[in-house]
Amino acid sequence: MRIAVLSGKGGTGKTLVSVNLAAIAKASTYIDCDVEEPNGHLFFKPEGVQEEEISVKIPKVDNELCNGCRKCVDFCKFNALAYIKNKLIVFDDVCHSCGGCILVCPERALTEKEKVIGKVQKGVSGEVTVWTGILNTGEATGIPIIQKLLAEDNPQGDQLIFIDCPPGSACIVMESIKDADYCVLVAEPTLFGVHNLNMVYELVKLFNRPFGVVLNKCLEEDNPAEKFCLEKNIKILGRIPFDNELGTLNSNAEIAVDKNEKYRELFSSLFDTVIKEVHHETITNS
Amino acid sequence: MKIAIPIDEKSLKANVCVSFGRAPYFLFYNTVTKESYYLDNTAVASQGGAGIRAAQVIADHGVKALLTPRCGENAEKVLSDAEVLVYKSISGTAQENIDAFIGEQLNLLNDFHAGFHGHRGN
Repeated sequence: MRIAVLSGKGGTGKTLVSVNLAAIAKASTYIDCDVEEPNGHLFFKPEGVQEEEISVKIPKVDNELCNGCRKCVDFCKFNALAYIKNKLIVFDDVCHSCGGCILVCPERALTEKEKVIGKVQKGVSGEVTVWTGILNTGEATGIPIIQKLLAEDNPQGDQLIFIDCPPGSACIVMESIKDADYCVLVAEPTLFGVHNLNMVYELVKLFNRPFGVVLNKCLEEDNPAEKFCLEKNIKILGRIPFDNELGTLNSNAEIAVDKNEKYRELFSSLFDTVIKEVHHETITNS
Repeated sequence: MKIAIPIDEKSLKANVCVSFGRAPYFLFYNTVTKESYYLDNTAVASQGGAGIRAAQVIADHGVKALLTPRCGENAEKVLSDAEVLVYKSISGTAQENIDAFIGEQLNLLNDFHAGFHGHRGN
C-alpha cells in the first residue's frame, strides 16, 4: 500500500506528516523522494545505512567520426550540444539523458557513457525502513533516482509505504505519485496555500489517484484551504494546529509522536482516517 | 568586423536586452560596411540551454565580438571555442553601444554567471 504525501510548495508539512504517519505505522517504509533536499533522515536517524550510486547515460563524442551534420545539435531540445570549429561540444550538466542524439547520429560518432547523478540510501530506524534519494547539486533531473527508490522497495503483503514527495507538481512529483494507492495533500491556511493546493489537486485528479487533504498550521480564524475543500467536496483527513511546541519539536528534527502523547493521538487519529480511506478506495476500485 | 548585440526590439535605437540567451532578437552589425540586420532568437523559448543555442547562432554568423550586459558559463564556453570576444555592454541603445565599441570604450566581460538552471522555482 503506497501512500504519497505531497503539496504545491515546500514547507507545507509533507515531511512532518509522512514521517509521523510512518512512525505511527510501526512496521512501515518511508521513502524520501524530495531528492533535491531530502530531510526525512534527519528525523529518523537511520542506522546501518547502505548506499548505491545512481548513474544516467550521457553522450560521448568521437570527433574523428563526426562529420559535422549537426543532426544531434538540432535534435536536442535542451541544447546540450553545440558544434563549433569542426568540433562537437557536449554539455553534460544540460543533458537530460534521452539518448536521442545517439539515435540520430548517422556516423555513429556518439556513444553512451555513465555519469553519476546522485545516490540512494537505505537504513533502519526502529521498525521503519528509511529510503533516501539524494540528487547531486546542479543535475538536470532527479527522476532516475526516484525510479530507483520506488522500484527497489516492494515489501510483501500489507506493509505501508509512505512516499514523501518533492514540492510542486512538476514531472518529478508525477513520477513519485504515479503508482501511489492514495495521495495525501498537505495544505496551509492561506490564499497562497489554496493556490498551491489547487496545483496538486489538479495533478492527482489528472492521475486519477484517490486523495484527501490534511489541513496544517490551522488557526482559530477562517481557513481558505478548508473552504476550498468544502467547495470542491474534497475529503478532509485531519487538522494539525499551528502550534509552537510542534514547530519546535519539528525544527529540532524530533519525531513529534515519540515525544508527546498529544501529538501521538493527533497523528494516530489521522493515520486511522487515512487507512480507512485507503481501504475504502481499494474496495471501491477493485 | 561583425559584432552582435542582444536587443529588445528590431531597431538601432532599441535598448540592449538584459539577457543574452533569452533576448528576443539579435542585431548583427558590420563595423566596416556599416550594414546591419536582425534575427529572431530561436533560443528564446528553449526549455533549457538557451545560452548555448544563442551562442551557436552567434558563432554561425561569423561574429567576432558580442556586446552583452551578461552571459552564462555555458554560452561563454561556446563563444570562447568559437573565438568570439565578449564585451560588457553599457546601458543605452544598440547604436550607443556600437559607437562605444568602435571608440574602444567597452571592456571585456569577465564575470560569467553560473545560470539559473532548474532554479526558477517549482
